[in-house]
Amino acid sequence: MRRHPMKRLSLLLLACLLAGPASAQDLFIQGGTVLTVTNGTLERADILIRDGKIARVGQGLRAPRGVRTIDATGLYVMPGIIDAHSHIAISSVNEATNPITAEVAVGDVIDPYDIAIYRALAGGVTTSHVMHGSANVIGGQCETIKHRWGEKNPEALKMEGAPRTIKFALGENPTRVHGRGNNVPPATRMGVEMVIRDAFNEAQRYMDAWAQYEARLAAGERVAPPPYSERLEVLADILRGEIIVHCHSYRADEILMLMRVFEDFGIDRLVFQHVNEGFKVAPELADFGAGASVFSDWWAYKFEVYYSTAYNAAILTRNGVTTSINSDSAELNRHLYHEAAKTQKYGQLTDDEALALITINPARQLGIEDRVGSIEEGKEADLAIFNAHPLSIYAVPQMTIVDGVVRFDIHADPDDMRLNVPAEGDVETATLWSEEHAHRCMQGVDLLEFLGTR
Amino acid sequence: MHLLLTLLLTLGLMAAPATPGDGLPKARQGTFALTNARIVTVTHGVIENGTLIIRNDRIVALGTDVKIPPDAEVIDCAGLHIYPGLIDSGTQLGLAEIGSVAETRDYAELGELTPHVQALTAVNPNSVLIPVTRVNGVTTVLTEPSSGLLSGQAALINLHGYTPEQMLLAGREVMVLEFPTTGRRGRWDRRSDEDIKKAAEKAIKTLDETWERARLYARIDSAYQASPDKSRKPAYVPEMIAMLPVIRGTMPLMIKVDAARDIEKALEWVAKQQIENVIFSGVAEGWRVADQIAEAGIPCLVGPVLSIPTRESDRYDKAYANAALLKKAGVTIALRTGETENVRNLPYHAGFAAAYGLGTEEALRAVTIVPAQIFGVADEVGSLEVGKKANLFVTDGDPLETKTQVLHVFIDGYQIPMVSRHTRLYDEFLERNPGLVKHPGATPDPTPAGSDDR
Repeated sequence: MRRHPMKRLSLLLLACLLAGPASAQDLFIQGGTVLTVTNGTLERADILIRDGKIARVGQGLRAPRGVRTIDATGLYVMPGIIDAHSHIAISSVNEATNPITAEVAVGDVIDPYDIAIYRALAGGVTTSHVMHGSANVIGGQCETIKHRWGEKNPEALKMEGAPRTIKFALGENPTRVHGRGNNVPPATRMGVEMVIRDAFNEAQRYMDAWAQYEARLAAGERVAPPPYSERLEVLADILRGEIIVHCHSYRADEILMLMRVFEDFGIDRLVFQHVNEGFKVAPELADFGAGASVFSDWWAYKFEVYYSTAYNAAILTRNGVTTSINSDSAELNRHLYHEAAKTQKYGQLTDDEALALITINPARQLGIEDRVGSIEEGKEADLAIFNAHPLSIYAVPQMTIVDGVVRFDIHADPDDMRLNVPAEGDVETATLWSEEHAHRCMQGVDLLEFLGTR
Repeated sequence: MHLLLTLLLTLGLMAAPATPGDGLPKARQGTFALTNARIVTVTHGVIENGTLIIRNDRIVALGTDVKIPPDAEVIDCAGLHIYPGLIDSGTQLGLAEIGSVAETRDYAELGELTPHVQALTAVNPNSVLIPVTRVNGVTTVLTEPSSGLLSGQAALINLHGYTPEQMLLAGREVMVLEFPTTGRRGRWDRRSDEDIKKAAEKAIKTLDETWERARLYARIDSAYQASPDKSRKPAYVPEMIAMLPVIRGTMPLMIKVDAARDIEKALEWVAKQQIENVIFSGVAEGWRVADQIAEAGIPCLVGPVLSIPTRESDRYDKAYANAALLKKAGVTIALRTGETENVRNLPYHAGFAAAYGLGTEEALRAVTIVPAQIFGVADEVGSLEVGKKANLFVTDGDPLETKTQVLHVFIDGYQIPMVSRHTRLYDEFLERNPGLVKHPGATPDPTPAGSDDR
């Protein structure tokens, strides 16, 4: 039978539409070395993805008819990498106008066009904890996003149902910006504690006032409500345990201080970010149950990180602290697998321990460990496929999958992956990263003030 | 009395080895036999099961049939590998200690034309960053001033010594020229495109004038040197005196240049000024104009490799692949980190370049023999050969692989203590003593006190 060429074309088009990666969330990944992280390594194993979830993991599975098969023979499949500290995909970072800005949220400024999202995917990263900056003692609320590159609605990037998180910051940044920059407390680490305690006390009184109002209202009294404050609402939610605090910190003394404050206020959901001197108070961190999200080896860029060690992650891990390695950088987030491998040089962690630092552990710190962070049946199908063991320097990410959708494919993607190509053409000024010394964490703090006060 | 003193001194010496500077054990020279090793010479292949003899500052023998001198201290390297010390072709090591503390930054002098300032003057031999770097196998770095146009003279230093002069390798200094850029210097650079262009043109004019003056000064100086009694002594112009070796071609001119347009301009300028001994450094967009660079025969110090592409439209891995693309076009390439505190990551920059097209062997050459050749010190360092300086390190595997451990380092024949601030903090804090001690106020309080009386 001779087919009509047009019919053939339309059939082909139809096939393309049906198999189009953005709509179908079914995949069969065949014959790879599967690094589950939580249940060891499976050689020559298959993963069946149905509706964006991991339906089955095991050896000798059969690909259901019509499901796209990815041949992973000789390749390594690991859970999508999770970056617990990032500032990509947002159009502003710091609301550096007050030591306390709990009412602002980076979720309001998500930028789905940021090319850093795609570049992160090309490094196997599927989830980022997008954070407010570190200018304020109590900064803004953060957002856990999935790297659904190609989606142009900011809301579509948010990981629905992920726990709420907020940024705190101790030490040099808030004391420089507010104390020395604006002549308002805190100017010292003593002042930082004071700001936090005052804030929580005020929030406590606010909660009491509202509780009293509700009670009197329920009793049939006609009463005026207390003044509403978005800031205090958020602080109250922290006291109620509804928000995980992620606190920028470096020195052991300030880390200890915050744990004591949180003990006094009965708050227990706490993750320290950067926490370069965490190794000094590892037993205390483990005892509190606080998480630590660290750099693999950043140090000496400011005084409060001079007494650092690249063995930080290993010491914390060995002391029983839930530890992750983060990027805080649109450069570093592309090779978190390499950053995790550094713990094998600095502290000789096992493969599973090292991989946990960028998968299940950051998932725990973000409260999403039931959904992502390991390769287990029922979890969301966020996966990264490498051509060598991801802890090897020679590993090159081949494909990254988010919710069963291929979002990065080294062999299929064109060089230019921008979503918004400017109409005026492709005249771009080169931005030289090597000249870029400032950390994103302090972006939005006026440069002159920044230089003038440090 | 005399006897007692001698006894006391002897006992004192026996009790504890001298710990100068940051309290590190002393490095020492002697005769060392590194036996049963896999010796990767870089220039003459690999010797399996070989022996390498170090006497004083030199490699005096290596091969499979080497007689071990009776006075030699034998280090059994069975199962281990020996490599020539790694060379980082662009750093600020020794010139900056803590990034954000201005008082500890000595790489940027005021003024546009300061060819007479020398990095070597400001190299701090006791920088805490130096031991952290060398225990990873990096034995030699180019440390650079950076400011204005002619920034001053970079110094090629070995990472051991008590004075900068001891550290300077083969007297090698390099003139640094920051080529005027049409690229943006980072997010902070808010100049208009027009302003950037104008500034670049003005700067090139300044350079033209400077070279014209320098050539004139060199002619006057030459005339005076030829007949000091007949000619007048040239006026004291320190900038011009410093330019003499550059004009005469005995000191390389290292041009820091990144954007493609700037590289083209720099090629044009070098040709126009007929400068002979030229090196390019940085070269972030070198891959765009690789053929032109190859044609000019100018060697490139490429990096940092671990950086993001200069343009949003570029393929995500362009910075990783840049070195390989340049090499493929026929450019001589060495690698640089552009780092200060993390120069120790040089092997990983090389590893990424290797994974993204350069290959392990070429990547290793780009951090050993090739930079040695570019800097004109290949008869001293860069490979394992009899007569060369004993700058080398011993590993348990591929030196570019992340988890590889470096077991011994020799610089100038000195056996370097394998300790740094990072290892010492690890040793002290892995199992802290005392561990957890419950603090006095630890009893849980049912009501959030939020007391201000702590």
